[in-house]
Amino acid sequence: MKTIDLSTASVRDLNQALHDQVNNVEDREWVVTHSNGKHNLAVGVNEAVSIDIQGHAGYYCAGMNQKASITVHGNVGVGCAENMMSGYVRVKGSASQAAGATAHGGLLVIEGDAGARCGISMKGVDIVVGGSIGHMSCFMGQAGRLVVCGDAGDALGDSLYETHIYVKGKVESLGSDCIEKEMRAEHLEELQELLNRAGFAHQASDFKRYGSARQLYNFKVDNASAY
Amino acid sequence: MCGIVGLYLKNPQLEAQLGKLFEPMLEAMTDRGPDSAGFAIYGDEVADGWVKLTLQSTTDGFDFHALMSALEGQLGCSLDWFQNATAAVLKVNIDEASARAALAELAPELRIMSAGQSIEILKGMGLPREISQRFGLAGMKGSHIIGHTRMATESAVTMEGSHPFSTGADLCLVHNGSLSNHFRLRQELKREGITFETDNDTEVAAGYLTWRLQQGDSLKEALDNSLENLDGFYTFAIGTRNGFAVIRDPIACKPAILAETDDYVAMASEYQALSSLPGIENAKIWEPAPATLYVWERESA
Repeated sequence: MKTIDLSTASVRDLNQALHDQVNNVEDREWVVTHSNGKHNLAVGVNEAVSIDIQGHAGYYCAGMNQKASITVHGNVGVGCAENMMSGYVRVKGSASQAAGATAHGGLLVIEGDAGARCGISMKGVDIVVGGSIGHMSCFMGQAGRLVVCGDAGDALGDSLYETHIYVKGKVESLGSDCIEKEMRAEHLEELQELLNRAGFAHQASDFKRYGSARQLYNFKVDNASAY
Repeated sequence: MCGIVGLYLKNPQLEAQLGKLFEPMLEAMTDRGPDSAGFAIYGDEVADGWVKLTLQSTTDGFDFHALMSALEGQLGCSLDWFQNATAAVLKVNIDEASARAALAELAPELRIMSAGQSIEILKGMGLPREISQRFGLAGMKGSHIIGHTRMATESAVTMEGSHPFSTGADLCLVHNGSLSNHFRLRQELKREGITFETDNDTEVAAGYLTWRLQQGDSLKEALDNSLENLDGFYTFAIGTRNGFAVIRDPIACKPAILAETDDYVAMASEYQALSSLPGIENAKIWEPAPATLYVWERESA
């Protein structure tokens, strides 16, 4: 196990050491201490290593992750796991806005709440939030699944494409072209599998499903007022 | 960009350490605002009937001694003052308007940064560390303080364009973000008699609040109205005589994080500015919701 103490090492030292693991793994287990809300921790990792960040992290933590399994024992700032391609990111606390933005793959689990614009323009990632999410979440979500065990803020799923959204609690309001949809057997199955994988003891049958009404895919002049 | 920090002490025993606790918070926001910095500290209140003014000279070597002698002679009332770098804090046993009129006559080149019974605003160009060292922030005492580190986007980097901005007696404003309707709003406020010293958008927000409060709004009403009339992206922190308030615009793009323990409430643009506070590991930490006013105030003195 390799420990990097950010009270002495720089963020650049940390990220360079992690990048150096590609094709030449010295250590599978990494621990980061004294993170104190620093930005850009464990960004651009591209190897199947495990990274434990023991404290709060700032902006863009675990951004562009591929293959790595990253756990933050605290809160994260803006853009956690943004553009993640694969792997696993778990936040033990809460996340600020734009968690999982534009991410293509992998699993992002947030045990607490996520702020505004969670999963904005997500492109295939799975996001499971133990608490509630803020306004404008999943805006233009294209693929993947967003699961919310608490409530969702205003304008959920505005201009949505094909992301599947599941919410257990209350939805403040739905965005343009986002509607509640029937929960069929295949949805119960995929949701339960995601909840189990995230380690949350909820029943899929307690959730509601939301998706795209598919009216805003292409510009039609009749819909101009909805944009 | 810009960084905002605020610290409000619930535990009066920490008041002697206010500056020491706050200095690393301000300096942690250097990356967000290296152009200029400033803070508004509350404490050391003057008695009713007195007014406290913070005066700032834009040049080194201003002769405050000569000014104060002349002022004492002209006003014919007791006053007390001390110099702090290029600034001076003046306490005078007279109404604010008379003090301002005398200062305008005797030293028109001085800027009056703040007025009230408790507030002192100190600010200037340079890195946050330079500002905090210039004014001896670490040794300051008080009940609460808000500060700002500026990365200028809308107007020139000057002392006058630095935050906080005074918005009336014992009130001030710091701002992270930008306003898009400040030009027109400035013209409208000028017609209402509000004066401006800079082209800065935050000064317009401060002028707007000053105007609303003059019109009889409570602080809450003034801030609710600001949500309607200020167009742009912003997180505001507002210092009042007894506490501080935080509000974000309805879109809430500009960051803000709050932390509360039994000893204090702290606010910052980023968590890293809070990480030096005692007991932060066990603090309640959350992001303020959009278009929602948060206020912490002590019982009125």
